[in-house]
Formats: sequence, C-alpha cells, structure tokens
Amino acid sequence: MSTVATTGTEGKAWGGGSKPLRASYGKMMMWFFIVSDALTFSGFLAAYGFSRFKFIDSWPIADEVFTHVPFFHGNFPMIYVAFMTFILIMSSVTMVLAVDAGHHMQKTKVTWYMFLTIIGGLIFVGSQAWEWGTFIKGDYGAVQTKGGNILQFGEYVQKDGKKVFKRVAVSDFAATSQYKDRVQHERKNGLWFFSEGTLPDYTVAEVAKGLASHNNILVRSQIINSEGEKTVLSRAESLKQIKENGQLVVQGANLHVNEYGSPLFADFFFFITGFHGFHVFSGVIINIIIFFNVILGTYEKRKSYEMVEKVGLYWHFVDLVWVFVFTFFYLV
Amino acid sequence: MAHEHKLAIFRGLLKFKSNTQKIWGVLIFLTIVTAIEVLLGIYKPESLMSQVLGMKGLNWIFIILTLVKAYYITWDFMHMRDETPALRRMVVWTAVFLICYLIFILLQEGGYVFDVYKEGFIKRDF
Repeated sequence: MSTVATTGTEGKAWGGGSKPLRASYGKMMMWFFIVSDALTFSGFLAAYGFSRFKFIDSWPIADEVFTHVPFFHGNFPMIYVAFMTFILIMSSVTMVLAVDAGHHMQKTKVTWYMFLTIIGGLIFVGSQAWEWGTFIKGDYGAVQTKGGNILQFGEYVQKDGKKVFKRVAVSDFAATSQYKDRVQHERKNGLWFFSEGTLPDYTVAEVAKGLASHNNILVRSQIINSEGEKTVLSRAESLKQIKENGQLVVQGANLHVNEYGSPLFADFFFFITGFHGFHVFSGVIINIIIFFNVILGTYEKRKSYEMVEKVGLYWHFVDLVWVFVFTFFYLV
Repeated sequence: MAHEHKLAIFRGLLKFKSNTQKIWGVLIFLTIVTAIEVLLGIYKPESLMSQVLGMKGLNWIFIILTLVKAYYITWDFMHMRDETPALRRMVVWTAVFLICYLIFILLQEGGYVFDVYKEGFIKRDF
C-alpha cells in the first residue's frame, strides 16, 4: 500500500519516518504557519500603535466608543467585548478537550466537543458582526471640521453631586429647516457613472442654528487634557468653531469619516478586527470539515486524531490573537 | 512517548491529576485574569493612573496580564509545555524577537512624528 519509493536510506536520519523535534511534519508546519501569521497580526497592531502614538493627544477613548450591549439600553463600556473574549476562551477550552478526547480515541466525546467549539466560534463571529454594525451606525453624531477634526456635543449635568459632561446627540438639538442645501445625487438623475453615498441627515448650518438656540450645549474637541478627558470648549468658542470650521455632519463611522475621532481609528478597527474575524470564520469552516471527518470515522480508521490537534492549534492561535486585540483596542 | 502531558502549572505550585483537570484549571485562571482586566478597565483606579516608563501604570498592568494569558494559552492549550525545547525556542524566540523589534521601531517613529507635529514644524489646521 505504500506510495513512497524505496530509496535505500531507510533507518538513516534523513531516510524518512523519523520525527525531528518529536513533532510530526504537519504539526511542526502548523507551528511555523502560526509564527508567520503572528507576525502579520503584530504588523497590524504595531501599525495601530504607530498611528496612535502619532496622534497620542487626540486618539479616541475606547470606553466611550464601545458602550453597547445587545438588547439593553444604557452605557456599559467593555462588558460585551469581555463576553466575546470569554466565549472565545471557552471555545478554546472545548477544542483542547476535543484534542484530549482524541488522544484517548473517544469518538463521541470528540464529536461533541468539536460541535461546541463550532457553536462558540459562530457566536463570536455573530457578536463581531453586531459590534461592527453598532460602530458603523454610530451614537451621537458629530461635526467634522475643515481640517478633518471631530467636534462632538454635550452638556454639563449634575450626577451624584458632581458636574459631569454628558453627550448630546446631534438629532436632539439640530434645527430642521424645510429646505435642504441639496439632494442626494443618484445615477438616474444625472450622469450614469456618477453617484454618491447618502447625505447626512443634517447640514452644518442646521447644527449651528440648533447650537445657537440651546444655551446649555457645548462642543467637545478631540484633544485629551491632563486629566485624560477630552477638552470641552467654552460656549463662545463652541459657537465659533462650528460656524467657522464645521464642514460636515458625521453619523457613525466608515473608512472615510468617524464620529468618534480620528478616521484612522475606524480604519484600523475595521481592518484588524475584520482580519481576525476572517480567521475565526475560516477556523469555523475548517472545524466543520474536521467535525464531519470525525463523524465519518476517518480518524478512527487512521487510528490517530492528530488532525484535530492541528486544527486545534490554529483555533487556539485565533484565541491568542484576540487576547491581544482585546488589550490594545479596548483596554489600553 | 505519545501524549504525555506535564501536569503542573505555576512552576510546580499547582499540580493536576489529569490533563482534563488541568484544562479546567487554566480556564478558571484565564477567566479570573480577564475579569480583573475588565474591572480595572471600568473603574480605572486613580492610584494606577500615574506615568510609569512613559505610559500609564494601568496600561502596563494590562499588557503584563495579556502576556500572562498568552503564556497559558500557548503553554497549556496549545501544549507548548509538552514540546521539545528546540521546537519551543524556534517558535517563541523567533516571534518574540521580531515582534519586539517591530514594536520598538514603529512606536519610536510614531512618537517622533507626534513631536514634529507638536513642536511646530508642521501645524495641524483646525
């Protein structure tokens, strides 16, 4: 049955069949792939660090960006990401339990643990999609200046006897005028090869008018002060900045604009979590393939569940990357 | 040799009876570490906000806890503990060296660009 040609070097060190480093070829190559993939992710995270250090005094504060939890209203910074982290660690555990059951040739156990791992992966990918959706949709809206900076709105309120700055949504105070500056350009209305994205709900003029008629509302700039908070401008300065520098009303985030601050933050968010999400997704696909192989008894016939171990290495690596993304995107 | 596992973690302080038990033990440990990170992230204790080596003390704690988590995921979930020292060094030393190098260069450069903006060679137009 052997498909390997006899070379006359059997039994010698390079004659084949021996395992250098006591790891099989597949496992060792999986490790080397993981090293190279780890370097790719470090490249992304280090580039994120570069951009952040470049704008260290005006970078968005993650706690203020990711504050939502599905089905609940209110301000819960970090809770949902922590849940996602826990889901991924949990699915790592079921994976390593599957590997362990594989070592003992327990087919039923491997099947169930693989199944749970796949479910965990799907919950994670779904959560990430939701996180993206929330981020794209945005929260309060903001005004982008000519120089590309972001001006946000809020007011001082008393909370537990302390004066705190509470954000106010643009839609809560902007004046609505009957006449818009212009309508969205669609292909059918003009040259067929020109079109544009949806226009913002409000124009800068409407925001400026609304701001002028609401005496309590102030503008907050991107600059982080010595207390680690974003600088709030005085009333006079607020009116002046919106009037003189405001250029575009921004709601949510995409690759061009970002209501939370530097567009680079959104770019890196989409790119890094997207690349990681792609890894999770492909991990789920590979897990499903292996899952069916387990059910079909492929590894019983091979008398080795090493394939589960190899895909397990990949799956743990995805978890490992998330631990770093969690720290550098959400915590630090 | 097949599938022997080293069952002690924390330098032998904690020994488990079986591999399965060790996996659950490591899970509990990782969960505790994540919970500490999240609590620190939400409450941000004032005492940890002072600058240590160019960064907030709290951020250093986050980074160290992350490395701790990464260690236990690699060593126990990926079974790096059971591999031969040569394989372990090939993977870990290579990655650690190259990543440290990359981070140093990029962060250094980022800080420099920030200074250039700040010290007034180039003004950001508002």
